[in-house]
Amino acid sequence: MATKILMPQLGESVTEGTITKWLVKVGDKVKKYDPICEVITDKVNAEVPSSVSGTVTEIIAQEDETVPVGGPICYIEEEGSEASAPAKDLAETSLNPVSAAPSTHTNQRYSPAVLKLANEHQIDLSKITGTGLGGRVTRKDILAFIEKGGTGATATEPSIQREAVQPEQVQPTVSPTRSVPAPAPSISSSMPGDIEIPVTPIRKAIANRMLTSKHEAPHAWTMIEVDVTGLVQYRNQIKDDFKKKEGVNLTFLPFFIKAVVDAIKEYPILNSQWAGDRIIQKKEINISIAVATDEALFVPVIKNADEKNILGLARAIDDLARRTREGKLTQEDITGGTFTVNNTGSFGSVLSMPIINYPQAAILSIEAIVKRPVIYNNMIAIRDMVNLCLSLDHRILDGLVCGRFLQSIKEKIESIGPDTKLI
Amino acid sequence: MGARHIELGLSNEQVVEMYRIMYLARKVDERQWLLNRAGKLPFVISCQGQEAAQVGAAFALVKGKDYLCPYYRDAGVVLAMGMTARDQMLAAFAKAEDPNSGGRQMPGHFGSRKHNIMTQSSPTGTQIPHAVGFALAAKIEKKDFVSFVTLGEGTSNQGDFHEGLNFAGVHKLPVICMVENNKYAISVPLKKQLACESVADRAAAYGIPGITVDGNDPLEVYRVVKEARVRAIAGHGPTLIEAVTYRLVPHSSDDDDRTYRSREEVEAAKQKDPITLFRKYLLENGAINEEELTAIEERVIAEVDEATEYAERAPYPDPESTLKHVYA
Amino acid sequence: MAVISYIDAVTLAIREEMERDPRVFVVGEDVGVRGGVFRATNGLIEKFGEERVIDAPLAESAIVGVSIGAAAYGLRPIAEIQFADFIMPAVNQIVSEAAKIRYRSNNDWHCPLVIRAPYGGGVHGALYHSQSVEKMFAGTPGLKIVAPSTPYDVKGLLTAAIRDEDPVLFFEHKRLYRLIKGEVPETDYTIPIGKAEVKREGTDITVISYGLTLHFALQAAEALAEEGISAHILDLRTLYPLDKEAIIEAAVKTGKVLIIHEDNKEGGIGAEVSAIIAENCLFDLDAPIKRLCGPDVPAMPYSPPLEKFFMLNPEKVTNAMRELALF
Repeated sequence: MATKILMPQLGESVTEGTITKWLVKVGDKVKKYDPICEVITDKVNAEVPSSVSGTVTEIIAQEDETVPVGGPICYIEEEGSEASAPAKDLAETSLNPVSAAPSTHTNQRYSPAVLKLANEHQIDLSKITGTGLGGRVTRKDILAFIEKGGTGATATEPSIQREAVQPEQVQPTVSPTRSVPAPAPSISSSMPGDIEIPVTPIRKAIANRMLTSKHEAPHAWTMIEVDVTGLVQYRNQIKDDFKKKEGVNLTFLPFFIKAVVDAIKEYPILNSQWAGDRIIQKKEINISIAVATDEALFVPVIKNADEKNILGLARAIDDLARRTREGKLTQEDITGGTFTVNNTGSFGSVLSMPIINYPQAAILSIEAIVKRPVIYNNMIAIRDMVNLCLSLDHRILDGLVCGRFLQSIKEKIESIGPDTKLI
Repeated sequence: MGARHIELGLSNEQVVEMYRIMYLARKVDERQWLLNRAGKLPFVISCQGQEAAQVGAAFALVKGKDYLCPYYRDAGVVLAMGMTARDQMLAAFAKAEDPNSGGRQMPGHFGSRKHNIMTQSSPTGTQIPHAVGFALAAKIEKKDFVSFVTLGEGTSNQGDFHEGLNFAGVHKLPVICMVENNKYAISVPLKKQLACESVADRAAAYGIPGITVDGNDPLEVYRVVKEARVRAIAGHGPTLIEAVTYRLVPHSSDDDDRTYRSREEVEAAKQKDPITLFRKYLLENGAINEEELTAIEERVIAEVDEATEYAERAPYPDPESTLKHVYA
Repeated sequence: MAVISYIDAVTLAIREEMERDPRVFVVGEDVGVRGGVFRATNGLIEKFGEERVIDAPLAESAIVGVSIGAAAYGLRPIAEIQFADFIMPAVNQIVSEAAKIRYRSNNDWHCPLVIRAPYGGGVHGALYHSQSVEKMFAGTPGLKIVAPSTPYDVKGLLTAAIRDEDPVLFFEHKRLYRLIKGEVPETDYTIPIGKAEVKREGTDITVISYGLTLHFALQAAEALAEEGISAHILDLRTLYPLDKEAIIEAAVKTGKVLIIHEDNKEGGIGAEVSAIIAENCLFDLDAPIKRLCGPDVPAMPYSPPLEKFFMLNPEKVTNAMRELALF
């Protein structure tokens, strides 16, 4: 196999050379480094040495021909097989390997150029498919969209009233960190005679909380009937003395809360929170109780309710209710709840489907105590009955454990009678 | 016996004029120190003690023809070459009308195209290659002017001194380089500046004559500079002249020379103040009488007063003018 | 029209100006009898004599300082610094003196001086024969810095520099001396200093460069055109003062900008170009401003694989351009 001999680089910035004289001819034997031709360049006159030993087999570049550096000038057939191994060409290390760096969430990142164009042409960017890195909407994409006649107004959604998009409004709605787009609000409008009530911060906060709760937790619901005839009798028996002695009203609520707390101790999963990749079962049992005022519903917390007896619970309820009405609740009072008990019966409800107090696992509503004809000892009797309704986060809880939980509460309440001790 | 100046070819009027300019340089300088200590001028850099060397040298050059690259003490040189007391004061007050730089540079940074004085900067020594450049222009255009560059003995250590003189020596360019050796480069005394005995010793390295002269004697300095000029015009190349003087005041208004030299030394030097000595020479050699000399001195004071007042009243440059003259 | 090499355009510009204007002269090491170590001043001493083509002693500060004096007098010196790497001893004269003469004398004196120097690597020149030095002088008001990429630009800009009334640093990429040939008119023409030029129109990405890397960008653009990528290429030509208008216009055209230069990235010319674009074009940017530059190491090493690692090349440039186009 003949080796191609190339025009060497004979100086800095030299790019070509002209053969002035061949010193060998076809058939001549040459040793490595023997001069084979004379070359002239801009800077130097030089002799080109052979890079191999062997026999000249072909002259490619003729005398007076100009050959670029690296171009072939002749062929030499090497003797034997010990052609010097060419210096291993060092691997090309490219400074910028074309690697598609995995990008996350770039499809919601809009460059200033894109936002400006969207603004100017009133374009809803969510309508444009991005062809940039990671699905990014590029300037090219939006320009192409505009050219095809795409604009902000679309005929396919007539039900949503179109509002003029002000420039100030466009920027804030595009938030790159939000992974779930906020649902588009439906905008109602007033008619003459309608009263517009401004949304107070409290109302707004409640609204947000309710929304989040319903949105995050899949609500399931169950209920149980409880015979509270014994409880009613008992309470009637002692309430006046209680009031006189303790200075606090004794309502039914402390009894229910006590039963709930004891049932939680048996079924602690009812006292937990969903945390994405785990469920956190809270140690403290802090019972949130709903207290209604004229403007709003507040939910103060009885901390460590498991450490209180009926008296303690009665006092706690009284104190929180009073301070709620007086507007004296602190941050400490309204945070940290782990389970909520809602006294819906106080306004006459017999059945409710309460909304879970996010981020708790469940909420129990105690409906109104009503006298009803029921089968008691195989006979029809008039008994005081109350419905207990439980809304539960079906991610954490299921019907079985909730059923048992309610059953436990029922047993405890139904066991209250004239012999029950308050302590 | 002819007086020395007569033998040098100088008339009585010329030497009296020499004195007047030396005296003017001194008085302008003294006035500036006064104004500085009164808080009116932020900065003064002096010529005091070197006037004889400066004026004597300048008189050997051809006004309006030769090119000068002075250094910051050369008030005597520039006044001899046509700049005025008013120019000096305008520069001191940094007013718009300052011909050196329109108030852009500190005082002592001389420059005037009109007077063939190349604009100066603060990095020392850079003016030496410039002077060589002017001399090169003379050679290329075959014109009979010289360039004259001055510097202190400290600056004779700068690379540009070596590079400039070597270039001029190789190409035999008409440049006269005068080092005003005033014994101190700010606080650093001569023996910490030079590894050799005198600056003139360095000339041999450039193949040029090196001459040491008494810088306090204007006539001596005149003589050697004149000879150097003749040599240069004849195509014999550069000359290195070392005029030995003494700096009578601190380096500048920001310097306190009590920290590095004794009052006795300064007092002794003041006894040899060249202005006093030359005044004596003029009177002794009949170049002028006391009455006329006093009158001249009084007129100089009046000129300095007028210059001060003018400069004080003159307007500052417009602030926006900061942006002008970056490019053509 | 003649097709000549980059270096022949240098010689041509100098020779024509020396013919036209007797004030023009050349000074530097080896510029006379040798014709310059790169032969940039080839043939000049024979034509104009040793008074106007001066072999200077080995002293860069003097070469520049003497030229400053001569320029101030009224001549038109073209000083050569043999390799840009050796300009350092002359920095004091260039920055403290030449750049400031007009300003400090309040327009009384000025300095019409040209300092030429070959720069750049890819010639096995190692640390001290391959440097880019433009960022040392950029941002020095009073100076102008020119770095042409084609023979046509060389002739036009060097002629303009010689005729300019202010000091001009004229940097020639030594790799381009014999590598690049181009058409140069035989007529007298100048190219204004301070004006960039669009060397290629495009719509997808904007590439801003100068010198050797500009050619890599043009090459890459050809290749990328076949992939459907259209590159808009701006040749800065003058590195100081920058042509702000042209930079902004080019950036706004596509919204995606890649600045390429062989010099280190940090503090390089690309940094100033980026700042100009950031200040003026925020709402037209479709991607962050990118720079492809030499690595931030003191200089280019000698060993071939090390030099190759340092130097940009068409492949690195193509990859960077493609990456930006796909963003």
